[in-house]
This record gives sequence, C-alpha cells and structure tokens, in this order.
Amino acid sequence: MGTVVQGIGVSAGAAYAPVVIVGDRVLPPADEQVLAHDVAADRIRDAFAEVATEIDGRAELASDGAAPILKATAMLARDPGLIEGAIAHAESYGPATAIERATQGYVDKFIELGGYFAERATDLKDVGARAVAAVLGEPAPGVPTLDGECVLVARDLAPSETATLDRTKVVGIVTEEGGRTSHTAILAAQMAIPAAVKVSGCLEFAEGTMVLVDGDTGQVHVEPEGELVAQLQQRAARRTAALEGSTGPGATKDGKRVALLANIGGIADAEKAGAADVEGVGLFRTEFVFLNSKEAPTVEEQAEIYRKVFAPFGDRRVVVRTLDAGADKPLAFADLGREENPALGRRGLRLSAERPDLLDSQLEALAIAAHDTGADVRVMAPMVALVEEAAWFARRVRENGLKKVGIMIEVPGAALRAGHVMEEVDFGSLGTNDLAQYTMAADRMQGELADLLDPWQPALLDLIGAACDGAAKNGKPMGVCGESGGDPLLALVLTGLGVSSLSMAPSKVPMVRFSLSQHSFADCQRLAALARGARTAHEAREAVLNAVAPSVAAVL
Amino acid sequence: MTTRTVAIGSSVGLHARPAAIFVQAVNDAGVPVTISKPGGTPSPANSMLAIMSLGAKHGDMVELGCDAPNADAVLAGLVALLERDLDAE
Repeated sequence: MGTVVQGIGVSAGAAYAPVVIVGDRVLPPADEQVLAHDVAADRIRDAFAEVATEIDGRAELASDGAAPILKATAMLARDPGLIEGAIAHAESYGPATAIERATQGYVDKFIELGGYFAERATDLKDVGARAVAAVLGEPAPGVPTLDGECVLVARDLAPSETATLDRTKVVGIVTEEGGRTSHTAILAAQMAIPAAVKVSGCLEFAEGTMVLVDGDTGQVHVEPEGELVAQLQQRAARRTAALEGSTGPGATKDGKRVALLANIGGIADAEKAGAADVEGVGLFRTEFVFLNSKEAPTVEEQAEIYRKVFAPFGDRRVVVRTLDAGADKPLAFADLGREENPALGRRGLRLSAERPDLLDSQLEALAIAAHDTGADVRVMAPMVALVEEAAWFARRVRENGLKKVGIMIEVPGAALRAGHVMEEVDFGSLGTNDLAQYTMAADRMQGELADLLDPWQPALLDLIGAACDGAAKNGKPMGVCGESGGDPLLALVLTGLGVSSLSMAPSKVPMVRFSLSQHSFADCQRLAALARGARTAHEAREAVLNAVAPSVAAVL
Repeated sequence: MTTRTVAIGSSVGLHARPAAIFVQAVNDAGVPVTISKPGGTPSPANSMLAIMSLGAKHGDMVELGCDAPNADAVLAGLVALLERDLDAE
C-alpha cells in the first residue's frame, strides 16, 4: 500500500487511473524444437485463426474510421500465402520461428516495394508478432483494447504504438526502459500525456491497480492515499490557473525577449504547432522526407513537402535542420556502410560532405518553398565540429539563395570554440541531447546511463555557457532545441547563460513562458551561476529550485 | 500441371483492388491455383499477400498453374480477367 517507485519524469502533469499492461514482444525461443509436420501445421493454423478473430473483435468495437483498417489487418492473418508459407517453414523450424520467418519474408518484400506496401508492412509485422505469441501460448503483444481511462505500463513503446494512442483513454504512460530523450518521452510530451520512464519494476504492477503518475518528478505512486491524489490534483488546478494568463511571445519579467519555438518532425506536427501560441519553429527535423524512400526524393517532391510544413507559420520563423542521417538512421540511397560507432561516424553534416548532391537538392527545395510561402526560413547543419565545416555549409546555403544560415552546437569541440565557429554563420542552436551524449561519453539510447545524461550536469552547463559566450562575442544569437529547453527551471538557467530562443514540444511552452515571466534577466543570471557553481547535477537542480520565485515553485 | 502465361492488363498493376478481384475469382473457382513471375516459385493464387508481393506492373507477365481436371477452363477464365483493366471497372 502506498509504495512509491522513482523513475524519470519526461512529460509534466499528473495522472491517476488503473494500470493496463502493454504486452512485450514475444520472440521465438532460440532453441525451438521442430515438431511433427501435421502437429506444427495445426498449431500454426490455430494461431493465425486466433489472431484473426481477435482483430475482428476489435474491429467491431472500433470507430468507423478504424474499423476498415482492422478488418484489412484481420484479412492478413487469414491469408493463405502467409499461413502456408509458415507451414512450409515448419519443415525445418519450430512453429514460432516458422511464423516469424514467413512474416519477415513478406515484410522484406513489402519494404522493398516501398510506398503503399511499406506502410502495410507495419500491420503485417503486428500480425506476425501476435501469431508468434499465440502459437507459444503467451499474451498478445502491443496495446490491448482500452475500455476506459488508464495508465499504460510497458517495457517501452514502439513508435507506431505511441503514435496511435487514444488520447482520450490513455491518461498516463509508465515505462520500464527508455530515457529522457527516448522516443516514448518525446512523443508523450508532444501529446501532453504525463509520463515517467525508467520506472524499474513497473511491469510487475498488477493489471487494474490504481497508480498515480507524477510526470514532473518521475514518481509513480502505487495505490496512493487519497490525500496525495488530492494534492496533485490541486497542483494541476493551480497550474491551470497560473497558465491561463500565459500567452504571447516569451520574455523575462523585465522584458528581455526569449523566443518560444516548437520542435516538429513532419507535416502533421507543423499543422498542430502552427495553430499553437508559439513564435515559430526552432527545429524542423527533415529526416522523414528521406527515411522511407527507396530513392532520393526529387527537388520538386521535397519542395511540395516543405511548402506544406512552412505554410502554417505565415511569416513566423522556421528553423530547418538539414538531413541528419547516418549509420543508425541509414538511407536506402546513401548507405555508407556499417560503422562501429554510428553516433561518432559519418552522420549529419559529415554525410552531406560525402554526398553534397543530397544537400544541394535539399537546399534548392527549401529555397523554392521559402520563396513560394514567404516564410522566414533559416537553415542549420547538424554535427558541425570545425570552422571549415561551418564555412563550407554557410557558402552552400547562401549560394542557394537562402538568407540565414546557422549551425547546431552539439559537438563539445564546436561549443568550446564557438567564438570562431560562429564567425561563419548567422545563428547557433544547441542540441543539448547530443551535446550531453558527447560531453559525458554516454550513449543517448542507453537507459542505464540516464544519470550521465542528466541535462543539469554542471559540465554540460559549462559547455552551453562557453557556446553562448562565443556567440555573444560575434553578436550572434544562440538558441536551444534540445529537451532541456522545455524544462521550466532549466529554461531560466539557459536564459541566464545567454540563450535567446528555446525550442520544445509545443505542450511545454505555456509552463516555460510562465516561468520566464516571473523572473528578471538578472534573476536568470543568478540562477545560472548557482547551477554552474554546484558540484553535481542533483545539487544544481536543488539550488535552482530553492531560489526560484515562489509563484513558480508552487506550480512545479 | 496446366500453365498459362498472361500480361497484366490493369493500369496500376496487380495490387490493391485488382488483386482483391482476382483473389475473389480464384476462390470462386474452388480449385487450387498458383501464380508466379515466369520461372519464379509458384505461390497460392488465393493469397493477397503473395499476389501483391509479386509487384507485377501493367504489362508484366505472370504464370498461372492449376492441377484440377477442369484446369483449362479455370485458367482461361482467370487469364481473361487479368487481361482486363480491373482498376478501371
């Protein structure tokens, strides 16, 4: 009763609802036995039939929009080619392995065919994963049918699962794995669903247990006392009241402007953020334009997409990050081969240097779309380390008729030497997620290393300070587009360090705006000095928390 | 095994709607029929997945096979179907 599990809060707010466990992906055992063929064939047929029936059942309950999609998915589970394919594989493999192989065979073909087919590959994978679980007698993987408000508890959520969550039912998310900048964290914040990640042991929660998720502190209270629930609900009410008056451009109490911008990754994000109270886009990730295509998209294809992304912002700024691919996000048409350390390899601008044709067509398309929409488009390169790289990129951008060029500061070398690197460009933007990974030599994708990647690490704050000083020496603005820009406390520290724009998930903007409005620029500088004076990340946050305006502390 | 080779008449190739119409016709015939690219491994012709993953475009050749006693009649009907532009109908 009343136990608390500590995780990492990644999406603010509180949620109180019963637990629904998201089943793990079930893998066929490595040593699975080959069965007598007729036995295997029966089991495989039964497994697929069970999956088809289950999906049909969901189709009956689903909305008019979702039902046809589910019915089509059930058809896949009844497909004779898939079932007979699996049965054929069962000659030499155990039934679960046979199902996986048959499914994978079709998935590979569909991805190869691209377009419409590639989109169906996800459904097919889902069918295969469910059939594997069914044949092994394990619970079905993925998000089950939800019949009311709930807190989803999962090992981690797949991108496709997070994207299709029913916001009206899922009021909170808790995961065993993941980290501050993992996919689940970013999407939960985008959808404004309170969430905690790295909550160890959460998969042991019994289905239906009432839990209270505090997405601010990362705490998950199991069967909490009524008093605690009331407390957090009051906090939520105070927050709503405080944020009501929080609109318009961001500024400190004494009027120093800090632009509040949105991070977006596609057309749908752009339409949502364009309608929100933000001053533009601080980070438009362009990878989606490239990742799913077999061939490099043409200039006209790209321009069409960019027009749709820019249009919702009118004359507001849109900061575009050029293609940031590499060995961990490989492109079908620009594969430079496997690398031992993709994060340290030929990614970002380094890939562009290898394939300048890709960069040039992207810049040309951006220039066309900027011209057609009249948007204030600014282009920046990822993974810049050297003055020469900044100069090379700036020349190419300007040659394409784009007026404002910048660089991401995410390599410690560039942060330390910002005084010179920034001479070459018009603005800088700190990618604090990658900067933390490279500063602390800790892989962003490793949940176990979350402490090293804490954005309050004083070493990271020192590098941010160095980057801001270098930019200031040149009279150039420096922004932040990592997750730390969306933290209402860190936002004050960053402002104090000299950052003049903060880009984040749009749902985080009101809280950051409120926090800034309650402090003068001198307050922010004082808070920054406190944070940098601390010995540990924890002490840095505590020191700042104890010194912020009471009006802000009350709603945290 | 009786086989027949036919060029796809549908302007969008053999997927989505044309594939669904073809699978329905195979099911109506009530006997096992296979489909493949010429020289490829035959797959069951009543499988949407198998048919779609052929990736057969307009004008591509596919081979149908059938062992049933009435194979000639069955295949003649299916060949006639594939020659039409099913997407336009």
